Amino acid sequence: MTTPEQPGTAGPATGSAGTSPSPAPGESLLRVTGLTKHFPITKGLLKRQTGAVRAVDGIDFDVRAGETLGVVGESGCGKSTMGRLITRLLEPTDGRVEFEGQDITHLGTGGMRPLRRDVQMIFQDPYSSLNPRHTVGAIVSAPFKLQGVRPEGGVKKEVQRLLEVVGLNPEHYNRYPHEFSGGQRQRIGIARALALNPKLVVADEPVSALDVSIQAQVVNLLDDLQDELGLTYVIIAHDLSVIRHVSDRIAVMYLGKIVELADRESLYRAPMHPYTKALMSAVPVPDPKRRAERDRILLKGDVPSPISPPSGCRFHTRCWKATEVCKTQAPPMLELKTGHQVACHHPENAPDQKQGDTPLPGADAAVVQKSDG
Amino acid sequence: MTTASVPGDAPGTPTVTTGALGEPVAGGGTAAPPRAFLEVRDLKVHFPTEDGLVKAVDGLSFSLEKGKTLGIVGESGSGKSVTSLGIMGLHRVGQYGRQKTQLSGEIWLEGKELLSAAPDEVRKLRGRQTSMIFQDPLSALHPYFTIGHQIVEAYRIHHNVDKKVARKRAVEMLDRVGIPQPDQRVDSYPHEFSGGMRQRAMIAMALVNNPELLIADEPTTALDVTVQAQILDLIRDLQKEFGSAVIVITHDLGVVAELADDILVMYGGRCVERGSAEKVFYEPQHPYTWGLLGSMPRIDREQTERLIPVKGSPPSLINIPSGCAFNPRCPYADVPKGGITRTERPELREVDGNHFSACHMSPEDRERIWTEEIAPKL
Repeated sequence: MTTPEQPGTAGPATGSAGTSPSPAPGESLLRVTGLTKHFPITKGLLKRQTGAVRAVDGIDFDVRAGETLGVVGESGCGKSTMGRLITRLLEPTDGRVEFEGQDITHLGTGGMRPLRRDVQMIFQDPYSSLNPRHTVGAIVSAPFKLQGVRPEGGVKKEVQRLLEVVGLNPEHYNRYPHEFSGGQRQRIGIARALALNPKLVVADEPVSALDVSIQAQVVNLLDDLQDELGLTYVIIAHDLSVIRHVSDRIAVMYLGKIVELADRESLYRAPMHPYTKALMSAVPVPDPKRRAERDRILLKGDVPSPISPPSGCRFHTRCWKATEVCKTQAPPMLELKTGHQVACHHPENAPDQKQGDTPLPGADAAVVQKSDG
Repeated sequence: MTTASVPGDAPGTPTVTTGALGEPVAGGGTAAPPRAFLEVRDLKVHFPTEDGLVKAVDGLSFSLEKGKTLGIVGESGSGKSVTSLGIMGLHRVGQYGRQKTQLSGEIWLEGKELLSAAPDEVRKLRGRQTSMIFQDPLSALHPYFTIGHQIVEAYRIHHNVDKKVARKRAVEMLDRVGIPQPDQRVDSYPHEFSGGMRQRAMIAMALVNNPELLIADEPTTALDVTVQAQILDLIRDLQKEFGSAVIVITHDLGVVAELADDILVMYGGRCVERGSAEKVFYEPQHPYTWGLLGSMPRIDREQTERLIPVKGSPPSLINIPSGCAFNPRCPYADVPKGGITRTERPELREVDGNHFSACHMSPEDRERIWTEEIAPKL
């Protein structure tokens, strides 16, 4: 998953796809600033708004052409909402989304349509994301129909080519989704996403519904397609091992905020945010000998509610390094190392940002450090 | 598992006939007295369907001692959950469906054979001597009753005590599994708990009678990774405390590496490899185990290499390939096997001390492939 040679030039639908020249590899393809999504909570007959679920609460990042940005976090951290915001399946409450320099934050359905060619999505559940009453041919050719694109050599031929690209038998054109296994269905979803030769593919948990051996097939497929077609990916997943394998850069989310954004190696070698560190130490490692050696950080309790997130740093209620300042001041996102941004007052593996502050009472009890056998 | 008469559908397997609890079973003639705490011998669970006979579990044997943890690993449809339901006696034989579930084999728990025991006898053991944690706590807990009510019920079925005592016991258990303010939360409903707390409540319920055998079927699959770590830790601590035997069923090799002493790898309803965790992880003998290890992205390694997936998809349990079930997907199917044909089924054979594998390849071939081709790429 490294930089491709020629983004946006390979593939069949080249002539018809794309609305503008693609940015060179490494340049920003998608830029997000202050992106926010609050889902209102209403009460009573008049639907008075009594609160809001702050699913995504002010995040900034950019996605560079040709890279894979991994977004990782626990359930309820807002990662899927973020994916739906940047593909504009949801209307942002605030903030700005730019695709290739164009502001798409509040474009309507019609305004988004030309862009739908460039931005595609792969969904988590290959059972509910394919219409059971349509044949594979109808599913994969739908993008052509909707966009009025006539691929060279006809739609059917193109669909069969796409099926072959994702490793399915092109003769299965007339079959229905129920005739395929989970892994094959996910391949159909991928073929559909690739039909219009997109620039950006947002994949929300693309492999989490699949068995281990099938998961590896799909991960490798995504990898190959990126090399061949010069795709840019945003891959959203909860599995830190998968994210490590597929991503160039990784954003870690907690309660609607990005707490750390870094290059893969930098992040996994020396995580700076205590949450990232705890998250990584919690992943069970398939290595029985190491369970005796490893230091585990066990976070106590559950993620707080995004309806009333904690003040200051949102992680301070579960953080063993929390001090008074964490309770009152939200830490800014700072680049403490080249290519490594973190939002923390007391980062790990980096100089302390707020030295000598009083620790919060009970903060060190918020974690159990263990190295047992 | 309500009646013990078993359709003699599988020729050549010892058929279990009804016998008094604890008595050696007549009929098969293979009933040697078991030495282990739990011993499963040649367990078969077949479901007749309109499309054909689904052989969900097809001849599984293993044993487990108290204080030890066995990890059963496999993909969906490999028969892991059906095995656990079989041990718990939760398969409905005949009574409900039009078709009869066919069970055969032997399950010995502390000298008692369960498959041939009367349903009432098994019911007395279930929840007391054997207990189970299910994958999805939201559907395994009753939404209509409070957590406390459900734990109290589980306790009072097996103990003749009044409600007050049972409630005290429920609070004690909730406290033990780490639910904050247990004396108040005991009156909460399942929907008022988070996913992690529900799983804790289920564990409290499963352990309220100090079972000697605990089966955890995908206990952390529905949970976030930080909560998963808490629950795995809890299971390990509780096992140390109570000294029970634990069976962990999972598709996640990370989870078994954390918990299990022994590992059993299942494929197509059969065991393909069994051994200590160290042996299975560091000297795996079966190509399917290699495939699982190669398919897995690793958080603990800098891996820029590609994953090595297993080609194809798992077999249909109606048409399990004759011979080795893994044959159609096996990259080493063409390695010469000294005249053994593809239709011959490989038996589970001992590789070295307490490490078994069901593969036709010679030990030398396997050793060579593992050290030269597989291990360097992992």
